[in-house]
Amino acid sequence: MNTTLAQKIIARAAKRDHVTPGEVVTAQVDLAMIHDSGGPRRVEPILQELGVGLFDADKVVLISDHFVPGDTEEGAQILELTRQWAKKRQVAFHDGEGICHVVLPERGHLKPGMLVVGGDSHSTTGGAFGTYMFGIGATEMAGVLATGEIWLTVPKTILIEWRNQLSDGVTAKDMMLAICGKLGMDGGRYQAVEYCGDAIAALSMQERMTLSNMAAELGGQAGLIAPDEVTASYISNAGGDAGEWQMLKTDSGAPLMAHHAMDAAELAPQAAAPHSPANAAAVGDVEKTSIDVAYIGACTGAKYEDLKNAASILQSRSVKSGVELLVAPASKRDQQRAEKDGIMAVFEAAGAQILPNACGICAGYGTHRLGENITCISSTARNFKGRMGAASSNVWLASPFTVVASAIAGEIADPRTFLSSKERLA
Amino acid sequence: MSGRIFLFGDNIDTDQMAPGKYMRGGLEMLAAHCLEGVRADFASTVRTGDIVVAGRNFGVGSSREQAAEALIHLGIAAVIAQSFAGIFYRNATNLGLPVLVCQDISALKDGAHVTLVLDAGQLTLSETGVTVPLDPLPDNLKILLADGGLIPHLKKRFAREKNK
Repeated sequence: MNTTLAQKIIARAAKRDHVTPGEVVTAQVDLAMIHDSGGPRRVEPILQELGVGLFDADKVVLISDHFVPGDTEEGAQILELTRQWAKKRQVAFHDGEGICHVVLPERGHLKPGMLVVGGDSHSTTGGAFGTYMFGIGATEMAGVLATGEIWLTVPKTILIEWRNQLSDGVTAKDMMLAICGKLGMDGGRYQAVEYCGDAIAALSMQERMTLSNMAAELGGQAGLIAPDEVTASYISNAGGDAGEWQMLKTDSGAPLMAHHAMDAAELAPQAAAPHSPANAAAVGDVEKTSIDVAYIGACTGAKYEDLKNAASILQSRSVKSGVELLVAPASKRDQQRAEKDGIMAVFEAAGAQILPNACGICAGYGTHRLGENITCISSTARNFKGRMGAASSNVWLASPFTVVASAIAGEIADPRTFLSSKERLA
Repeated sequence: MSGRIFLFGDNIDTDQMAPGKYMRGGLEMLAAHCLEGVRADFASTVRTGDIVVAGRNFGVGSSREQAAEALIHLGIAAVIAQSFAGIFYRNATNLGLPVLVCQDISALKDGAHVTLVLDAGQLTLSETGVTVPLDPLPDNLKILLADGGLIPHLKKRFAREKNK
């Protein structure tokens, strides 16, 4: 029988030979990831109330990222509680090492075919590794930690195929903004979104993670990419084990809910206007918009390759006077790599402020929250009203390339103009 | 259960229900600011038993369950929408707040008094007696809601396993 990648993973986790879209099943969870905000402080009281411990401490990973660096009294207290809990419950703990969705695969925790839950909506990021990973709330997480089980409605699959290859200056982030614009924020219908095609096969794991991450903005339960040699090599470099990944794919002829074909070669850099990722348009079609803040941050847009892309056009240029460039590398390891490669030096030379390896203002935390009437262009995933600061602030979403191009120009700008002028100089 | 309808549009997000800047003020403060960006008087006028009716993709955004908790704190008896964002749907159900899909909400007007019969999956307009059908809940969620949410449900389960 021809089945989808989602069906294969869920059938195994539910100890079934076959599952059918629409049926409700109970699955065994292979891994549960929690962070300092929705994690210990919320789940422990529930575990106490239930009078039970963890279903399996070896299958729980705790990562602090929301209240890092603990620069408020409350944040420091929550981090301390988080650290105590990690000791008490004997779970793997990554403290202040970066944003959970980036740190989890970076430390080799993910293996294709796993069924994973995360206590955060961008947990869909794990789908880039061929895991069925999705976000849940704190109460449901407490239930998972107590039982090791979760119910699922077996999803249908929405296949998003990207044909041909992206052109220079165009990235996974642009692909996702374009899809959000085309399908809307409920286009994923809480089903399994799966990305495929030549353009996807050519992407690095960090770029694939951006696609899976923003399956959340598309309203999918998961954002899957079938594992390949690129996946296996990333996992083995991260110290993990890719296992038997070759069979983990959607069979040709498997029934699909929808199949959208997109042409990567025709895609232009995108920008999504306030206050929805679905307000996406080609940067060239955006009216002249001056910006106050340019933000390179979050699990979506501040991984090593995001930093590298941004620095490639910032090099030997300066940020427009009056514009503040903020850079919050997504993980400590990515920042160290960027330091080694001279990428962080480019940001520093341009006068950027380097912020902690944490969720920061993307999640409404930290001291750089946007003030009244500020216009910001951001490499993050979500630009809902008031999310990153004052309700009167306006956030545009774009790729790290476009964010930095806009910081240089002082207004929303197409990064390709900078790429081509650089080529001319060379 | 019966109450008045508070009608909202499409894509009501979790940041509207549980605004980030009030997340540290506790549930009381969050609830007082719930949905104020789209309806300034919501928290001050809503009463126990009232029902939120909305368009598509209600609860889009974060996994923060304070969004559903704020509604429960204000006494909202149920949310009825054309569609829900998945995580919000799960969170609300786990917290014991019934969330139901209604394909056609055109007959549901703001301020109208309605009676909701959860088991039958229907909503009746008090004034006209007109009944609006709701999509049936899956069996597992009916049990979860009947138990009052996930935690009471698990308590029952653990007690049963203990007594075996």
